[in-house]
Amino acid sequence: MLSYSIKRLLMLIPVLIGMTLIVFGIIHAIPGNPAQTILGTKATPEAIHNLNQALGLDQPWYIQYFTYLKNIFSGNLGTSIQDNMPIAREIWPHLAATIELSFVAMVIAVVVGINAGIISAWKQNSALDYSAMILALIGVSMPIFWLGLLEQWLFSVKLNWLPSIGRLDIVSTVRPITNLYLIDTLIEGQFSQFWMVVRHLILPAIALATIPTAIIARMTRSSMLEVLKSDYIRTTKAKGERMGLIVYKYALKNAFIPILTVIGLQTGLMLGGAILTETIFGWPGIGLYVYNAIQYRDYPVIQSGILVIAFLFVMVNFVTDLLYGLIDPRIKYR
Amino acid sequence: MADSILEVKDLRTSFFTDDGEVPAVDGITFSVKEGEILGLVGESGCGKSVTSLSIMGLLPSPPGKIVGGQILYKGEDISHAKESRMRKLRGNDIAMIFQEPMTSLNPVFTIGEQLTEAIRLHKKMPKKDLEARAVDLLKMVGLPRARELLKEYPHELSGGMRQRVMIAIAMSCDPKVLIADEPTTALDVTIQAQILDLMAKLNRETHTAIILITHDLGVVAQVCKRVVVMYAGKVVEQGDVRDIFNHPEHPYTEGLIRSIPDLFSKKDTLYTIKGSVPKPGSIKKGCLFAPRCPYVMDKCRTAEPELTGDRHKSRCFLHREDA
Ligand SMILES: Nc1ncnc2c1ncn2[C@@H]1O[C@H](COP(=O)(O)OP(=O)(O)OP(=O)(O)O)[C@@H](O)[C@H]1O
Ligand code: SF4
Ligand SMILES: [Mg+2]
Repeated sequence: MLSYSIKRLLMLIPVLIGMTLIVFGIIHAIPGNPAQTILGTKATPEAIHNLNQALGLDQPWYIQYFTYLKNIFSGNLGTSIQDNMPIAREIWPHLAATIELSFVAMVIAVVVGINAGIISAWKQNSALDYSAMILALIGVSMPIFWLGLLEQWLFSVKLNWLPSIGRLDIVSTVRPITNLYLIDTLIEGQFSQFWMVVRHLILPAIALATIPTAIIARMTRSSMLEVLKSDYIRTTKAKGERMGLIVYKYALKNAFIPILTVIGLQTGLMLGGAILTETIFGWPGIGLYVYNAIQYRDYPVIQSGILVIAFLFVMVNFVTDLLYGLIDPRIKYR
Repeated sequence: MADSILEVKDLRTSFFTDDGEVPAVDGITFSVKEGEILGLVGESGCGKSVTSLSIMGLLPSPPGKIVGGQILYKGEDISHAKESRMRKLRGNDIAMIFQEPMTSLNPVFTIGEQLTEAIRLHKKMPKKDLEARAVDLLKMVGLPRARELLKEYPHELSGGMRQRVMIAIAMSCDPKVLIADEPTTALDVTIQAQILDLMAKLNRETHTAIILITHDLGVVAQVCKRVVVMYAGKVVEQGDVRDIFNHPEHPYTEGLIRSIPDLFSKKDTLYTIKGSVPKPGSIKKGCLFAPRCPYVMDKCRTAEPELTGDRHKSRCFLHREDA
């Protein structure tokens, strides 16, 4: 396990270098001069030349790349054009908002999806199985924005049960410690605030969880059916084990290997691709942050936002790989 | 003579498929006496595995279903027993070794976990004794490095070692009956002989009755006292191994005996019975063996012979007084 982890860790290095190269390259491939963009169309050639020099843009690309790398390693993600704030400081609250939302959505998706898939496989061809799989089919084909609007209309407007916008009620504030409000409110012991945070999470988390839940349920069902038919499950039955334990212990660990792939992939997509949900629910996450930066052509923010999202994606994959090694003993030898 | 511990009476098991009912086991009767090794022989597809899965209550269902007859374990009919009752018997009273040693162990659990599972289920045993018992079991089936093996995973073991582990698992609760479904078919020849010796040794030492399923009468000759010969879901001959080898009554048994590889044979090619086992239910009339039988007579194609005889039974018109 240890050597496997180290090998995976070493393999991260080229991936991360490639990632920075691509992000660096994208910005430099965009037509037009960044200094021109920053200063606007009315800037004098002299001002542009000066800014180019200040930004190091007159240097050859590889020098620029190394400066870029050096900055990243020292925690400097550049400065936002919009408000002249260091991006590294500005980005974390947004990132935390996205991580909190994605985490809750993923917990819902994993718990509901895996259980639905297991029960479907266990009671194959029953009414329960058919209903679960029809729901899953609806789930994967549901447009998120439509589901989000439907939720807001029903639970906020009609029933007035849950808030539909933002992380907090308008008049409230939470003292940011980690910027993960679930944790911050608990640290401060403010349980009513905690409850408010939870209420704000419910609708966007459900919207965000829908597609992954459906995908995980379908993957669990097919993987589980395969495993339940296997010879080694027959061996376990021959020992007199009860079905509940066979399914949840002996079969699930085997069936989990392909499920884990899906969970990893969906988590990665969630962290980077929650823009739609964040827009509908006014969720101040990284998606919304980058989206606004694009509107404003705030290149440094776009660049760093993409970099951070890509980094998260790589890390999720890394953790997924480590979990494979934990579940499947055969993997160490590959 | 010892009492029967397991009796199968007129057992009929069918698969309900899209093409209709497939009677894979069609009225078979035999009994296993306490502490004996009974051979159950027949070519591929004649219903041996379906018979053993029926006894264990492990038929893939749907499509498989016991549609008639009885399975008596110590006099109790378990053919339609509740699942909770079967769970108590499986692994504890009746254990089974499967045909496929490579895939019958769970790849993501250690040998130790899988070996102690049945004991944890059926016997109350303190945790510290559990490991000692597991080590004993592995030693009993002749596996070296027992203590280390407990922490290893199936993929680290060879096929022969895995089958030994399967035997250890099956023996872990001292079952009264062990069903060994072609335990050596998937293994190479030298390992086959070792596994057979091991089964015979376990039978002598623990007095567990064994149903040894095989398609090789040679294997039966090595370890069994009595043998049941199956063909197309039916018993065609049964009796003491010695009687059957010396005076086979059914032409199918005769064919099986002739096809045993003989070390001293001058001939290069092995005898084989022409044709293959018919699909269950495909022959509607007459003797099921008629299409392949060298002695086939006119009446064989119209009427089906009964299983007759006392100690040595057979199902063939050649051995009927009225034939
Ligand atoms: N799941 C199933 N669905 C339909 N028919 C089946 C199924 N399993 C077995 N059968 C039928 O039962 C018959 C007997 O199969 P069985 O596995 O008992 O043969 P066997 O004697 O164990 O052969 P082998 O030596 O190859 O293991 C087969 O010919 C097949 O037609
Ligand atoms: S009954 Fe007839 S066909 Fe059947 S085995 Fe005997 S001789 Fe052959
Ligand atoms: Mg078989």
